[in-house]
Order: sequence, then structure tokens, then C-alpha cells
Amino acid sequence: MRPKTRTASLHPTVLLWTVVGLIGFALLPWYGLRDNFFTLSWLFDGYPFDDDVAPALFLVLQGQKLWLAPLGALLLAPLLLWGRKKGEPLFGTLLIVVGAVGFAYFLLQGFGIGLRGFQWQWLTSLFGELDDRQFGMGWGALLAGGAFLFLFTLGLAARGAVGGDEFVVGSIGFIVAVVGIFIFMPILQMLGSALVTQEGSYSLSVFFTKLFSSRLWGLGCISGGPRCGVAWNSLFLAILVGVLTTGLGLVFALVVTRTGFRYGALLRALTVLPIITPPFVIGLAIILLFGLSGVITQGFSELFGIQPTRWVYGLPGLLIAQVLAFTPIAFLVMIGVVEGVSPSMEEAAQTLRANRWQTFVTVSLPLMRPGLANAFLLGFIESMADFGNPLVLGGNFDVLSTEIFFAIVGAQYDQAQAAILALVLLFFTLGAFYAQRFWLGKKSYTTVSGKGDAGMHPHLPAGFRNVVYGIAGFWTLFTLLIYVTIFYGSFVKLWGVDFSLTFDHYVKSFAVSWNQFGLHWRGAAWSSFWTTMQIALISAPLTAAIGLLTAYLLVRQNFRGKDAFEFGTMLSFAIPGTVIGVSYVIAFNVPPIELTGTGIILVLSFIFRNMPVGVRAGVASMSQIDRSLDESSLTLGANSWQTFRKVVLPLLRPAILAALVYSFVRAMTAISAIIFLVSAQYDMSTSYIVGRVENNEYGIAIAYSTVLIVVMLAVIGLMQLAVGSRNIGRRGSEGDLGQSRTNVSLPQGPPAISGAG
Amino acid sequence: MAEIKSNAASVEFKNVTKIYGKSKVPAVNDISLFIEAGKLVTLLGPSGCGKTTTLRMIAGLELATAGQILIGGADVTRLPATDRDVSMVFQSYALFPHMTVRENVEYGLKFSGFDKKDTVDKAKAGLELVGLAGFGDRLPSELSGGQQQRVAVARALVLEPQVLLFDEPLSNLDAKLRRHVREEIREIQQKLGLTVVYVTHDQEEALAVSDRIIVMNNAVIAQDGTPRDLYDAPSNAFVADFIGEANIFDCEVSDVKKDVAMVEIGAISLKLPARGHRPGKAKLAVRPSRIDIRKAGAARTVPGTLEKVTYVGSHLEFIVDTEFGTVFAVSPDVDAPFEPGQAVGVGFAERGPVLITG
Repeated sequence: MRPKTRTASLHPTVLLWTVVGLIGFALLPWYGLRDNFFTLSWLFDGYPFDDDVAPALFLVLQGQKLWLAPLGALLLAPLLLWGRKKGEPLFGTLLIVVGAVGFAYFLLQGFGIGLRGFQWQWLTSLFGELDDRQFGMGWGALLAGGAFLFLFTLGLAARGAVGGDEFVVGSIGFIVAVVGIFIFMPILQMLGSALVTQEGSYSLSVFFTKLFSSRLWGLGCISGGPRCGVAWNSLFLAILVGVLTTGLGLVFALVVTRTGFRYGALLRALTVLPIITPPFVIGLAIILLFGLSGVITQGFSELFGIQPTRWVYGLPGLLIAQVLAFTPIAFLVMIGVVEGVSPSMEEAAQTLRANRWQTFVTVSLPLMRPGLANAFLLGFIESMADFGNPLVLGGNFDVLSTEIFFAIVGAQYDQAQAAILALVLLFFTLGAFYAQRFWLGKKSYTTVSGKGDAGMHPHLPAGFRNVVYGIAGFWTLFTLLIYVTIFYGSFVKLWGVDFSLTFDHYVKSFAVSWNQFGLHWRGAAWSSFWTTMQIALISAPLTAAIGLLTAYLLVRQNFRGKDAFEFGTMLSFAIPGTVIGVSYVIAFNVPPIELTGTGIILVLSFIFRNMPVGVRAGVASMSQIDRSLDESSLTLGANSWQTFRKVVLPLLRPAILAALVYSFVRAMTAISAIIFLVSAQYDMSTSYIVGRVENNEYGIAIAYSTVLIVVMLAVIGLMQLAVGSRNIGRRGSEGDLGQSRTNVSLPQGPPAISGAG
Repeated sequence: MAEIKSNAASVEFKNVTKIYGKSKVPAVNDISLFIEAGKLVTLLGPSGCGKTTTLRMIAGLELATAGQILIGGADVTRLPATDRDVSMVFQSYALFPHMTVRENVEYGLKFSGFDKKDTVDKAKAGLELVGLAGFGDRLPSELSGGQQQRVAVARALVLEPQVLLFDEPLSNLDAKLRRHVREEIREIQQKLGLTVVYVTHDQEEALAVSDRIIVMNNAVIAQDGTPRDLYDAPSNAFVADFIGEANIFDCEVSDVKKDVAMVEIGAISLKLPARGHRPGKAKLAVRPSRIDIRKAGAARTVPGTLEKVTYVGSHLEFIVDTEFGTVFAVSPDVDAPFEPGQAVGVGFAERGPVLITG
């Protein structure tokens, strides 16, 4: 055993968390504060005796909120371990009991006692009516809850979980807790509220009537009626978008890898577009081109003398917009798939006298099949979750995501209806997600093995190649046209009426001037712009940190329930933003966690919406780092936290940067979740733009979108420079190559997840 | 000037079993072994035999499912790698690519409570010991494979571990360098009196460096002994065949007296150490070099027919058909006039054939 000097007579980590918990209990305000905690104004507001700012200890001493008292007693319990060693069974057992009982009691009192006394009937019948009430939890509660959680994980580690590693067990506990509180709990609460009728009572029959209503599942359009159910609309659109994006993605991937096309790098650059484009911008451009006063519609009607129509609003427009928006994602997936087919397979086919076309059809294409299905499912999920395009382009073609929105914000304000719609949407996306993971996951045709697999991918036969070129060329031009339209449109006075050029829209939104107080952000857009920047800058590092920590646990550690852990952490990828938005509104509007209207709820929604991006970036680059590096660090006497900090993190620098930038960018382009969560104080760019669109102020909306795109392009460009110049000699052992080129895994580099839909 | 010392300690396994995850088959099945302080012991065996798992259990990178592991007499069974005083040289070297050679060597010292000056001195001494004194400021990627290997050794040595582990340390080097590096490792081990556990699948390497070899097969220990024991007196067919090549013949033990057995094989009788065998059927292992190919009808031979004669430069290889099966033999006499199809007499050397268990 290595000689270790240990002077503290209480295990230092136990001491740390006990002290943290006691600070939370005895020093910090237990309940949430109305104004900002960091202004410290609460210190002068009657602290520590005033009810609003009192720590739990003072509340209890004044005879109030007596149910908090046991928490304090439990927090003192770890001091019993004074002088005991980690190996003793009592040590672990006591910590487990204190942590588990404390955390459970903590949650129970939080959920059990709300604004109107006991929340649950059985508590009232057990203890009688409660006169007291409590509000949303604050910093004191946060620290105490954290302390119980980590005392519990320390106990587990002491009993030998995951090789007795405190850091790893603590991290797992932390991730499980936050994912549980901020993903599963809101969804479950939403599920619960789906059962509540308008009058506030629970009713299964009302739930089923709403769930199976013809508004959702009607088949009117087949039998000649005016419209089909919302669910069918969404499903139909999603399947079409999935098929088309997969096909186009395959075409682009073939152009880049199988035709000797020299400007593949340019095509790859196009894949960055959906990441930096707020999702509804494409829809806006479609309106500018094909809308009632769109240039192409007008041009046609003048040329052929046809009355211009609103044909583009609805399925056609939505289809075009979504295929434009999501094809680059399919392209990213398909590049990985097409390159993943081992050249020697194809060469073998050719030596067996198959010609190029036969090789492609009999060998290459079947080997790509799981990848094709994967790309389809991604397109399907993205289309289902898309909110911005249906909002601006939907017309009478209602889809689930917008219906949810109107159920909450519209005149009807029907939380249960929104929850039910969200459930149906969730059912579809989770179904696709499940299919992707468990059905495709096992069917991996990984054909590039680690061993030096020389050889070249054969080129496509000439005729097929020309078809591929044609399709790819057309679609590239169309995409470019869209972006040119956006850029040009931002300078046009009034699209469709007055095409004279002007800077008016920019001046109106982004004017800056000097007044007696110094710089004055006069433009209308500045407020939401700075809020967005601030929220994005706060959430990006947190997202990256939690994502990379999760990736580290997934790639480098083995523990029981790891599969479930992985499924849970990646789940939020399949939860549409609108569902997260609705569930956050439902769950965090009332104690114990009262966050609506704050900036924190925006930050939280970004962290948990974007967490899979960080996880993917981390998993991809971490599996490139040889595991023996960690092991040698461990045998050299570093513990797992030191290893993580000194060896894994420095080697992950590019991944960290990528995760930071992508979570930043996604936070700036997201619309679906935050449109439910913004408030007057915290308005975000995207919701501001959507507001302008609804007021028919297209000029400002487009100008603002252009600014966002340019800002994000700059951010991505800077990152590319930073990553490109950093040349860390990474040990790329041969075996790792195989991992990075499996058929169904998502591609590396820019994560294949677009704006928040 | 700091010096690298040795804190060599013994390693003991008591009925250790390792089962990975939900697997039913143990990777290491109930093995017990004792490695004395200051010795170099090799774990040898085919891939999948459990030797690397055994090594990783000494390191603490895997925790045993059952049994007890002692290092220097202290129970370390539940201790993770961080807390064991064991260093390891990895097959891939596992040098941290973002640190210089010096930083790599200092890495473990920093976590072991040495002050700044000691850390620098020890790292310097370590690099000197492996002959890389001037290379401290380079990055690992700027060194050759052999140099990287020596950095990995220095990094492990400077911690003065109770046990130093090597996981196939030579497999990434080319053949000529291998011999040189293995001699260096042995030299340092003997100079400092280190306890070294060394994993390899290369039997020649194992024979050359070891004080003792533990041969493993199918998750258990097949034989444990000095290199000469294993080569000259394999206890079973697996070891006989795995270390060097061996002809395995069925034979009959007719009589055992004072540990000397009379062994009948074909028409030949041999007097061999009994090694616990009783009269009855047995098996005989004979190295190809211990088989004499003579003229047909020579004394104390059995008749055979030459199937193949292959000239491989340093010696001749024969494949001979006899009444007890096909025999593989070699002869250093490359000028001997033998032709395929020729009738010959096959005899056994006095010393060499050994009785083994099936």
C-alpha cells in the first residue's frame, strides 16, 4: 500500500459535504428569493429572522416549518463517524442510511407540502389539516439536498461500489439526480396533468376521450373531408421528410466519396448550415420565394397569367422547408455510413466479376442499410420535433408541435390538452428513438476493421453518377438560393411590394447611439440579443461539463445499470423541445421548484436539451484515447479525479471546445422549448423574431435572423481555427479507427443534431 | 543525487478467481501462486489464458471476484490501483502524449508526496538509468519506439514500487531491438533487485529473462517452475508443446523402482525419472533435438520411413513415419545424406524424453 498521511480524524470528503449541508441548513435562506440571490440584498432584509429569507435552522427555532427539523438532525449524523476509517462497515452503512433517508425525506416534504398545506390527501388524513405552507426551494435547500445526495454516494463508495471510487460514484449519483429532476420528473408531472380535467379533478374517461379524439386521429382527408387528425399529419409529414432527407443525404454522400468530385470540402461545409440557422428561417425564406407575394409565385402568375395562391402554406411548404433544413443532417450521417463500407469488400466483389453497378447494388447498398434506416429515423424525429417551420408555414395543416403550443398559449389554455398532445408526440419520437437504439444498434455491419484496410472506394457507374450530380447540384443551388434570399431580403424595404434597398430593418433593430449615460443600445432587438448571449454563455459551459462527465462515465467506467444510465442520458435527444417546454411549465410553476419567469429555467432547459451533444462529442473523442493512458495514470498513484483532470481533460480539449461551441450555438437557435419559458424580463432572440413574424414584420425578422447567422458563423469559424491549430499528438491506435467508422454510429465532428427544432 | 532504490515485496494469490461481468466462464479460475521478492517471474500462455487478467489483478486494475491477494504480506484484495504500490509498463507504453518525457516520468512522483526537488532529482535519475538523460524536454511522439519503451520503464521505476509489472512490453518493437531491450530490463531488475511480474506469449522471451515461469492455460496454472524445469521436464502435454516443440507419444510404464521408471515405447526400453507415474499407460514427450535419426537397423532404434527432409540453414528437419506415429526431429548435421522415402532407424537420446500426464 502506498503510504498516505491522513491527519483529519473525519474522512475529508464526508466532512466537506456535512459542512456544505449544515451551511445550507443553518446559514443560507432555505426558500427561493424573489430577487437575485447574488445581489446580497437579502442580507439586509431582516436576515436571519424574517420568514422570507430565514435559513431553515432559524425557522425551526422560531417554531415554524417544524418539518424541516429532522433534516438538520440527519446532517449532524455523519459526525458520529469521527475517527472511523473508510473500510469499516459502519462507515458506509451510516452514510448510506443518512443520505438515503435525508434525500427521501427532503423530497417528500418538498412535494408533500405546498402553497396550500399538504399536497396529497393521505397526508391530510394522516396528520390533519396543515395551516402552514411553503414556497419554492432556495439556495439553502439546494445545498442541503446536494449534501444528502453526496453523503449517500460516499456511503456507496465506502461499501465498494464501482471499485470504491468516490469521484465516480458521486458523479453517477449527480447525473442520475439531475436527469431525474430535470427530465423525468417534468415528463411525469406532465403525464399526471394529462389526467386532470379543466375543472381540476382526475378523470380517466376525459383523458381517453381527448386522447382518441378525431381532432387527433380523424381520417377526414381520405374520405374527402377537409382535414385529417393532427397526429396523422405529423406522422405523414415526418415519414415523407425522413425518406426524402435520407435519399438526398445518400446522394450527397455518394458525390463526395464515390465520384472523384473535387470540391467535397465545400459540400461538407454546407452541413454547418442547419447548425447555425434558426429552424424557422428556412420557412421564412420559403415564404419570401413561394408565398402569396413571393418572387417565384409572382413571376409565375405574370408569366402564365395564373392567379397567385397560398399553395405553399401547409404540407408542400412544410415539406420543402424541412427537407432543406434536415438534409445536411442526413448527409452527415450518410458520409460516415458510405465511408464505413470497407473498400476491400467492394474490391472483392469486383474481382468476383461484378461490374460497378452490380457491386453497388449487391454489396455497397446492402451494407449501408442500417445507416440508411438510421438517417431516416433522425429525419423523422427532427421533423416531428420541428416547431418553427410549422409555426410560420403551417397554414391549415396542423401538426402536433404547434397544436401543443396553441393549447397552452391560445385562448383555450388547456394544460391537459397540451399534455395529451405532448404525450402523443413523445410516443412517436420515443418509438423512433427506441427503434434506432435497440433494433438498429444490434445490426451493425461494421466492415472497416482495425487492420490496415487499404484500397479505394470504386467510383459510381457513369450514368448513375450523372443522375447523382444532377440531384445534388439542383439541391445545392436551391439551398444557396434560400440563403441569398434571406440575406437580400433583409435589405429590402417591403418584400413583394417595394423592392428598394434599405438599411431600415437593421437600424430599427440594432441602432446604437450615445447619450449622457454613454453607449445606448437603441435598437429594438438589443435587449433580447444580449439576453440570448448571456443565457447561451452561461449554459454552454454547464452543458459541456455535464455532457463530458457523462461521456467519461459511459466510456471509461463500468457499473451496474450502465445501459439504463446511457438510455436515460441520451433520452432528451428524442424529447421534442415543445414537450420539454410544456413539461417545464407544468412542473416548475409551483413549489418545490419554482422557476418559471426566471433566467434559470432557460439555462436549465438548454442544459438538458443539449446534453446529448456534449455526451456525443465526449464519447467520440474519448473512445479515441487509449484506455491504457487512464490505467497507467492510476497505477502511477493518481486517483480517478486526478486522472480525469490531468490526463483525460487535456486530451479532450478539442472535444470540450466543440461541445462548448455547439451548445452555445444551439442555445442561440432554439425556439421550441423556450417559447414556453420566455418572460418579459428574459426574452430570447428566436422568440422575439417569431413575434415579429406573427406581426407580419418580416423585414425585421429577416434582418435579425441574418445577424444571428453571421454571429454564429463567426463563432464556428473561430472554433475551427482554434481546433485546427491545436495539434495534440493523439495516440490513434489502429483499433480505434474501427470504432470511429462503424456503420450505425453517428458521425464525428459536428454532431448530427440540428437546431432545437 | 537521488538514487532509484528497490522496495521489492512478494506477491501472493490465494485461490483467486475473476469473472467478468455477467460471463459464466471465469477469466481466472481459482489460482494460487507465490512470487518471492526480488525475482522476475513471467506469466506465459496463449492469448485468452488469463495471464493479463492476473497481471491486472496485481495492479488493482481489476478486482478479484473471489480469493485473496497479498503484496508484501499485506492484504490488498479490495484496494484500487491508485492505492497499491505497484507500477506497470503497458504494452502500448501509454505515455501521456500531451506531456514531455520529463513530465511523464514526474507524473507519479507528484502524487506520491515527494517535494519539488526530490521529484526532479528522481526523474533525472530514472531517465539516466534507462539511458535517456538528455531527452527530458521531448514529447513522446518525438521518440523512437525503443526510447518510448524506456521512458515507460523509467516512469514506473522512479516510484520504487513494491512490484513492477510488464504487460507484453516488447510486442511493439522489432525483432532485433527486442533481444536488446529484454536484456536491459533483466539487467535493471537484477541491479536493483526488483520484484517483476512479466506477461508475454513469446516462450523464447520468457525463457530468456525469467527466474521463474508460470505457464497458464484455460484460466488455470498449467505449470510453475524455472525455465529449465519447464523446458526439460514439462509436466503435461500442453506445457511440453507450448514451450518449444515436442513429440508426444503413447507409451507403457512397465516398472517403477526408486523413482526410476522402465518405459517401453515400440521396441525400445528407456530408463527415465518416474515423476510420480505408476506402471501402466503413460505419455512421453520428446524434444525434436532429442531424437536421433540413424541408419536403418541401428541398435536401440525402431524402423521408420523418411517422409520429408527440409533444409532450413542452421539444421535439417525430418518428418518420419514410424509404428508409433509421425515423428518430428531435427539434426544440426546439415551435411548428412538423407533422402525422402529412405528407410531409417529412430532412436531417443539418453536424457531428454520425459514422462508427462495427458
